[in-house]
Amino acid sequence: MSTTTTRGVAQPAPAKASPARPRRGLRGNATVNFWLFTGPFLIGLVIFVFVPIFWSIWLSFFDARYTVTPSKFVGFDNYTQILTNSEFPDSLLTFTVFAAFIVPTTWALSLGLALLVNRLRFMRAFFRSVFFLPTAVSYVAAALIWKMSIFSGVRFGLMNTVLGWFGVDNIAYLANPSPPWYWLVIVTLRLWIQAGFYMILFLAALQNIPAELYEAAAIDGAKPGWQTFRYITLPQLRATSTAVILLLLIAAYQAFDEFFNIIGQKATWAQTPLMELYKTALGTSQDYGAGSAGAVILSLLICLVTLIQGKFMGFGRGEDSK
Amino acid sequence: MSASSNINWNRRNVLQAAMGLAAAGGLAACGGNNGRGGGSGSGTALTQYFHAYGEAGTEQAIKRYAAAYKKADVSTNWITGNNFESALFAALLTKKAPDVFEFHPQLQLVKSGQVADLTDLIDPVKDDFNPNDIKSHTVDGKIYGIRMIDDPQFFYYRKSMFEKAKVEVPTTLDELIEAAAKLTTGKVKGAFLGNDFTAIQNVIIWSAGADTINEKNEIAYHTDGVVEGLKKLRQLFTSGNVLLDAPTDFWDPSSLNQGLCAMQWGGMWSMPAMQQALGDDLGIFPFPKIGSAGKQSVYNGGWSIFVNAKGKNVEAAKEYVKWLWIDQKQYQEDWATSYGFHIPPRTSIAESATKLKSGLPAEGVKLFTDYGHFDNIAYDQTMQTAFAEVISSSVRKNGNPEAALDTCDKKVNVELKKLFG
Repeated sequence: MSTTTTRGVAQPAPAKASPARPRRGLRGNATVNFWLFTGPFLIGLVIFVFVPIFWSIWLSFFDARYTVTPSKFVGFDNYTQILTNSEFPDSLLTFTVFAAFIVPTTWALSLGLALLVNRLRFMRAFFRSVFFLPTAVSYVAAALIWKMSIFSGVRFGLMNTVLGWFGVDNIAYLANPSPPWYWLVIVTLRLWIQAGFYMILFLAALQNIPAELYEAAAIDGAKPGWQTFRYITLPQLRATSTAVILLLLIAAYQAFDEFFNIIGQKATWAQTPLMELYKTALGTSQDYGAGSAGAVILSLLICLVTLIQGKFMGFGRGEDSK
Repeated sequence: MSASSNINWNRRNVLQAAMGLAAAGGLAACGGNNGRGGGSGSGTALTQYFHAYGEAGTEQAIKRYAAAYKKADVSTNWITGNNFESALFAALLTKKAPDVFEFHPQLQLVKSGQVADLTDLIDPVKDDFNPNDIKSHTVDGKIYGIRMIDDPQFFYYRKSMFEKAKVEVPTTLDELIEAAAKLTTGKVKGAFLGNDFTAIQNVIIWSAGADTINEKNEIAYHTDGVVEGLKKLRQLFTSGNVLLDAPTDFWDPSSLNQGLCAMQWGGMWSMPAMQQALGDDLGIFPFPKIGSAGKQSVYNGGWSIFVNAKGKNVEAAKEYVKWLWIDQKQYQEDWATSYGFHIPPRTSIAESATKLKSGLPAEGVKLFTDYGHFDNIAYDQTMQTAFAEVISSSVRKNGNPEAALDTCDKKVNVELKKLFG
């Protein structure tokens, strides 16, 4: 039987193709529907993202102390000030180091969790939920629990209680920067709260790898375990890995909540770029010009790092496009 | 119409009704007053911003006063958390800016035209105010805020612990360091100076015989005495005899009340809570002197009320401020002495406040009088932050105090130039 014949038989008559219920109102107008659904978001995007961005760029060239509608043009003075007479450059350096550590660590942990959960034969949903649930906790709430309960420096803090059983004296994790125990507090919090989210991304990617690839590899003599992971799984996760690393990098540079609540503003260490800008613009100085200049620099830096990462890892290129 | 269509119509209607209700609720919320003072007023609507005080009953008190005001409908925005400053400054740039707000006297608020001149309100009763409070709110002969409360800060200590360790009340920083060592036991640390030591950043300047900035508005804190003080504080910080990372900071009495330390830096506002927890086992002393040129000192902090000069209802706000913080002396006394203890800036109220006349509160008032230093309106928040970084770098992080002060000088000079040209 020819396909043409089959098609001719199978296709219903045009008159019957129309559904019994008539098209009404907006359902038939794709353009109106498009604007109806995207319009509110576009308006929000313009008002809350694009206007502030352009306003911020404009402010960065004005003397904008105590005002967001300044009149005195100062050229690049704000850029000079934020780069030479503030802690902002130090914070950028600190957070490049922080990103260099936290990005691969979170990547490895979330991938490890995804592999673990993917292999589970029982209670799979339970373990997925357990690892994912911290994502739902706010950074502020988690930071306060970490600071005041787990890593409190007094004798009834959880960690100090446990250490006390082994005869170790109380440790001030946050007030004293040497040794830098504060990184332990921040890194454990960040890993706890964000690894579950990236685990879900990896889990989805793992489940999209065709079983045939593993079967073919087995036929070709590849050993299950590391060899299969190295030559099949990891390359297949390339696109997801690139996206995850990109998101992690941006999140590292945009860190604020947990640092603000754990370290506070009155330290000269572990001050994130956003905290420095917050202090400059909204804190004590109310210098919206210098704060905006810093925000422009930070945005450009994030764009640059993203482009470099894209260059090296091939952002947007999956296995198929190679 | 089919049954199916009927169901669709009903669902839509239900959805529309729900959205309508949500929108109405949202609009109502936008127009509603958060923390309304009572709504008994009429006509003009005023908004006032207060940070959350630690003492129970303060929020209710400030709303009760507002509710008693009949000439305007005053709502109170009671801001919790540690971001009062940011919330206030951000709000002052918007149309939703408060008409009245509490803060500390800051020259940049005056220079930027954010606070209204209140001279005409205060002038008739100027002589009844603590002259230092008037001075700290005056710029070019005009007074820009009304002090609500004076808050002396000093050391609290457990007398029994001092007796047991045979420790005298320290009068020098060296003696304080020695005392902290003797008072430290397995469960109790000798001293608590706040989690980040910035609570004492002004008093170490004064105790070293220096000042923040001088009469000519030049840097006055960069002295050998201050450097010596910073080095000694580093010694204390690393001694293992100070309480660090306490769940609550110096402003809260818990660390001393719970037996975590033998002496704690704190404000007079904590006194009632400490007396309730510890009874007579409580003493106070000023920050010890640093070096031979130093002298003991007490920081007289506090809060003042300001009128937003760019607000829509400046005159109505001034009228309200006059009513509450000039005319209503019973509320001023209640605010200063019924919750935590504060010293009323009005001499007549301070003298009549029976709760401050005897015992430990009277000692607090004496320390305030004998050793107190008041806010300098020109030593603004930016400069204070710069000095906080000195503490952070040289005391907590073992940096060179001279280098840290040099860095601070640069920032403060930039700020001074901005303020005074």
